[in-house]
Amino acid sequence: MIQEILIDLFGNEIVAFIISAALPLVFIVPFVIFAVWLERKVSAHMQDRLGPMRVGWHGVLQTVADFIKLVQKEDIIAADADKKMFILAPIMVFAGSYAAYAAFPFSSAYIGSGVDVGIFFVIAISSVVVAGLLMAGWASNNKYSLYGAMRSAAQIVSYEIPTALVILSIVMVTGTLSLAEMSELQAGGFWNWQIFGGAETGLVKILLIPFMIIAFIIFYISSLAEVNRTPFDMPEAESELVSGYHTEYSGMKFSIFFLAEYANMFAVSAIAAILFFGGYQSPFGYIGDLLGIDWLVPFEQLFWFAMKGLFFVFVQMWLRWTLPRVRVDQLMTICWKYLIPYAFVNLIIIGLITLI
Amino acid sequence: MGLYDIIFYLFALVTVSSAVVVVSAKNIIYSAFSLLFTLFGVAGMYVLLGSDFIAIVQLMVYVGGILILLIFGVMLTNKVTNVEIKSGSIQLLPALIGVVVLAVLLIMLMTNTNWHIQPGVIPQTTTKELGKLLLTDYVLVFELLGILLLIALVGAASIARREE
Repeated sequence: MIQEILIDLFGNEIVAFIISAALPLVFIVPFVIFAVWLERKVSAHMQDRLGPMRVGWHGVLQTVADFIKLVQKEDIIAADADKKMFILAPIMVFAGSYAAYAAFPFSSAYIGSGVDVGIFFVIAISSVVVAGLLMAGWASNNKYSLYGAMRSAAQIVSYEIPTALVILSIVMVTGTLSLAEMSELQAGGFWNWQIFGGAETGLVKILLIPFMIIAFIIFYISSLAEVNRTPFDMPEAESELVSGYHTEYSGMKFSIFFLAEYANMFAVSAIAAILFFGGYQSPFGYIGDLLGIDWLVPFEQLFWFAMKGLFFVFVQMWLRWTLPRVRVDQLMTICWKYLIPYAFVNLIIIGLITLI
Repeated sequence: MGLYDIIFYLFALVTVSSAVVVVSAKNIIYSAFSLLFTLFGVAGMYVLLGSDFIAIVQLMVYVGGILILLIFGVMLTNKVTNVEIKSGSIQLLPALIGVVVLAVLLIMLMTNTNWHIQPGVIPQTTTKELGKLLLTDYVLVFELLGILLLIALVGAASIARREE
């Protein structure tokens, strides 16, 4: 819908599509600024500290100040680093995480690309991030960076399997790969959300609920691993690897990595929200519908989408400051010996239920 | 030249130029990472041809699976800290002959074939049709491929565990 408005406004397809493609950036940058502050506040309060307090109200503008500081920093490229790939790596990582936003329905009025293979595209494009991380680790010519990149890639590649299996079970229930259609199917209140059995009725709905909850838990655990968050943050493990693949990066390039990391956090949270919690659908109903103001509804939907995403980002932070880090062998055990078999069994059961 | 032509030439440029780097780079890591852009460009071509599903599978299988494995292999089997991963050019004359013969053959094929040209109807989505075809007309091939992959998996595991 926004694409059509933009084409009308500019009278040119190319300009309209470029602007439409840049819109998620308008969302990501303020989100990252807010999320970094939130992370510091959450960690501080969990440890009985105050966290940033000086810049703005309760330190709200701390991240803005930090960002201005980062921009001013000298851009250091180590003498033995592979210069071309060192510069290309942060761009690849961010491009990969940004590309995933193309398939997200922010509201019923805006989706970057209404491709029919939405969720499949999101899984596939994350491999560009992996390649970018490996590139960063290798180009830095530093063993800690390389270890971090290797761990990260191994982790993302293995945890893609349980994620894909859970997504497959949702696809079986909804019968579509498109994220916009999935959100559309969960309209009409929170009891129609996929976690509560979707828009099915009767026995099927009741039978689906426990398995949907299991599916969600598996999905959430593996999505934590995919974005390298604690308890799966071995790639960055400060106490052993300095800070993993971005050890050698400074200034602007470092902040691009940071931006990509937080964009990824929101991306997986948004996928969780779309798959299980109704996407942009409001849990109760729309004020716009109540008052008869049509244009208000898409904005409300954007609000709900952002809120659901933010909530899961908050849970990620909460877990980060609660749980200790797992070891590499435990990481692989969790994935291959627990999550994948459970996901498989869950997939079969959900498949059987949908046949009823 | 419309929007889609520009996009096509962009993808073609990316594909061809990175393919040239793949074969000409002295450093194997460069070749491996350039291959990423080649595969990505080919995926873009698929999208322009209206086969969205194949494009995503291309990304998933080649970029996400094979290429990452390739990069891992190159990184783990060579000295990782020093850039000593070189590839040189040998056997220039036989290679040249082979390339010329292949190129002539391909060009002859391209010009002599009576191409079946019809105005393209770009399907809205290919996923459903592909799924139906795979489970009806091509179900035997589909199942056989599944078994082949399973055998490969079991074989890999047994090779990896042999020393115990």
